[in-house]
Amino acid sequence: MILLSSPHQHSGNSIQLTMFTVIIALIPAAMVSVYLYGWLAFLLLTMCIGASMLTEYVCLHLMKRDIKRLWDGSAALTGLLLALTLPAAVPWWMALFASVFAIVLGKQLYGGLGYNLFNPALSARVVLLISFPLQMTSWMIPMHAGATLDMYDFGTSLQFFFFGPDAVKQTWDAVTMASPLGYLKTELGQGVTVSQALSDYHYSTFYAFIGREAGSLGEGSALALLFGGVYLLARKTISWHIPITYIATVAALAWVFNLINPDVYAPAMFHVLAGGLILCAFFMATDPVSSPSSAIGKIAFGFGCGLLTWVIRTFGNYPEGAMFAVILMNCMVPLIDYYIRPRVYGYFRKRAKA
Amino acid sequence: MFNLLHTIKHALHLTPQSHAFRGGVHLSEFKRTATKASEQCPMPRVLMYPVKQHIGQACEPLVKVGDRVLRGQKIGKSQGYVSVPIHASTSGIVTKIENHIIPHPSGMGLPTIFVEPDGLDEVDESLIPLPNYRSLSPVELRERVRIAGIAGLGGAVFPTFIKLLKDKLHSIETVILNGIECEPWLTNDHQLMLEKSHQIITGLDIVMHMVGAQSAIVAIEDNTMDAAFVMQNAVEDMKLSQVIKVEVLPTIYPQGGEKQLIQALTGKEVPAGRLPIHIGVLSTNVGTAKAIHDAVCLGEAMTERLVTVSGDALPSPKNMFVRFGTPVCFVLEQCGLDSCDDVNIIHGGPMMGEILRPTDIPVVKASNGLLAMKKATVMASHHEEEPCIRCGDCSDACPAGLMPNLLAMHCKEEQFERAENYQLFDCIECGACSYVCPSHIPLVHYFRFGKGQVAKIRREKVFAEESRQRSESRDLRLRKEQEEKEEKRRIAQEKKEARAAALAAQAAAATDVADEALTETVSEKPAPTPKAES
Repeated sequence: MILLSSPHQHSGNSIQLTMFTVIIALIPAAMVSVYLYGWLAFLLLTMCIGASMLTEYVCLHLMKRDIKRLWDGSAALTGLLLALTLPAAVPWWMALFASVFAIVLGKQLYGGLGYNLFNPALSARVVLLISFPLQMTSWMIPMHAGATLDMYDFGTSLQFFFFGPDAVKQTWDAVTMASPLGYLKTELGQGVTVSQALSDYHYSTFYAFIGREAGSLGEGSALALLFGGVYLLARKTISWHIPITYIATVAALAWVFNLINPDVYAPAMFHVLAGGLILCAFFMATDPVSSPSSAIGKIAFGFGCGLLTWVIRTFGNYPEGAMFAVILMNCMVPLIDYYIRPRVYGYFRKRAKA
Repeated sequence: MFNLLHTIKHALHLTPQSHAFRGGVHLSEFKRTATKASEQCPMPRVLMYPVKQHIGQACEPLVKVGDRVLRGQKIGKSQGYVSVPIHASTSGIVTKIENHIIPHPSGMGLPTIFVEPDGLDEVDESLIPLPNYRSLSPVELRERVRIAGIAGLGGAVFPTFIKLLKDKLHSIETVILNGIECEPWLTNDHQLMLEKSHQIITGLDIVMHMVGAQSAIVAIEDNTMDAAFVMQNAVEDMKLSQVIKVEVLPTIYPQGGEKQLIQALTGKEVPAGRLPIHIGVLSTNVGTAKAIHDAVCLGEAMTERLVTVSGDALPSPKNMFVRFGTPVCFVLEQCGLDSCDDVNIIHGGPMMGEILRPTDIPVVKASNGLLAMKKATVMASHHEEEPCIRCGDCSDACPAGLMPNLLAMHCKEEQFERAENYQLFDCIECGACSYVCPSHIPLVHYFRFGKGQVAKIRREKVFAEESRQRSESRDLRLRKEQEEKEEKRRIAQEKKEARAAALAAQAAAATDVADEALTETVSEKPAPTPKAES
């Protein structure tokens, strides 16, 4: 008989349950993306999830690991998250490349689930952005914001997805537009004030919240993302520490600097709703594998993400800094876990380091 | 939404409780035997008494095969300080004394005294009842608690008398009566409070008298409110409500842990490496308090305890007073279990108890619960280990503030220095981390392994150091001997040479007797000169 060590009771939680809870939490955002970008979003989601799972299967097979791992949902989640960070206009081969990269280099080469330093989906996304900056910053005009391409038509979407804009007698410029963050960055560079730039863009906080502004698939609707985020918090799949400190740090920095000089620094609400902040805060930064383990470490991590996001957005070359911030903070996790630990019961002053 | 509010409240420490301890988990309770009136377990055909039923040194058997023993008669003499004697739990004949398996995860054996009951249940009346304990000195009462064989019935079975010390350096202000039964399935403490509230409060009063405490808190969780009312009534009946308070805490595991309970009630933490007494607190379990009452007021040694006999494989679970030494399978049979072979028997609760091999193991002082679980249920909780996804649920659940995932990783990789750096030895093995782990990692198992290995390494280090010192002192001794030998040899050589020189000089003198003064010079000068001359 095997010697069984206590405890002999279990909460019933599992990796699979955790992963599928996150997938469920992302469904509203995925549905909004389909509403905004029609079949194009559907094709992109299918491509990323399918390619991720297939790559995972091949990796598990080649590395002689248990094939059952495929069904723990982590590969499907990586694919889903990756798709939600991509612009609707990316061609199929980029989505495929990113999916393979996320699984092979982002996860399996580190040793598989649980061992990767970086969030696989985000690392693939960053590689795409650096390698293909044009395609990765060309945002489809959403269906309800004057789209020139009929993305609700399956045939058109399919042709566009596989053969590019020429196949549907369009040009990149005709079907794409700038995202609010990108537009603001360009205008600010030309000396236009924040309020002027936003009104030129016809930016609306309300639309940014419920979802009509151009951006990546999943960034469309803050509301849909918040639904998912609150669901995850309620299910205790994630803790509040990372998303709240992350968003609060960005908002606080933006608020303070906006007070100092409203012409140069965008307001807090704009920063919170624009770009991938909410997606990153609730779904990327909270990736258990690449974030700190302790509550106090998570707070430090969230703060770091927030600080870097705002700094990159405001002073960096890239209009969006959320994913870079998370990736950079991912590197810090081993250090955070080593130096920022919870206080152990019965120890009141600083622990003596061994 | 409600969950979220709860999460936020908990995070901001807005829970109704003023000093919640850190971490903890909410468990499914499975209290099948809640408020089931206690029953007396029938007499088995044979009783077995392992010579060690407490933390500390084992006892030495005082009886021989063929001796007749009485209920409450001392049959094992305590050895050393951290030890309490063992008593027979009924009258009968000692049939054999031999090594026998004990309830311990290692399945190790210890000398065990076997007694065949004669059915008369005659009582040894050598302990005189001391109902007027208030007029007795703490020293006298302490000796009574010791010879009655009382060890903590909450699970740790630490000899109780050791704690009951009136210390001038550390005066005890508050005695905590631990009525918190945080393990799932178990209801024995709850039931004992419902049935024996007066005895428990008297026991508490004795403890307060012994340590000179001015106040006491009876701690009860809100899943056993009826016990709180009964205890409150008992306190009022005995006119002790001025000094004894009944406090109800929100249910959370492991609140029954001594350190956690002290924190929950007083907001104070026991400093690392120290004892509750150092912050003026003493805690005792309700079962122990009742045993103290029986020992002092009734003159009864500890020979039985209330045991929760339950589990999902048991047709009729019960709370039973079981004599120590009763075989576990016999007890389970009384609750309708046909065979002990098809079930897993958990000794204690599911969170911290151990799984016993189905052999004739006796009920001992530590047996607060006996759970007959279906093998499938147990196997489901011991699911195959998956990779750690670093979710940190373990860290959130840990009442000690550790980071179990990193700790387990270091234990698993045998990086014990790192594990110690992550405070391995502050783990209380409550199992909250393993309970919540989505990857089913047996974290506590790794910690036990790590602790064992570190202890072994420390022992080996001490041994190596001792051997090194031994070998060094041997080398030193040998070198010294060698040097002494050489010194002797040198002296001998010198003497020899001196003698030779003297002889040579004499010879020279013989050849040249004319000059006397020269001989003297030669004897002082090195030898060669006269030799050359000769």
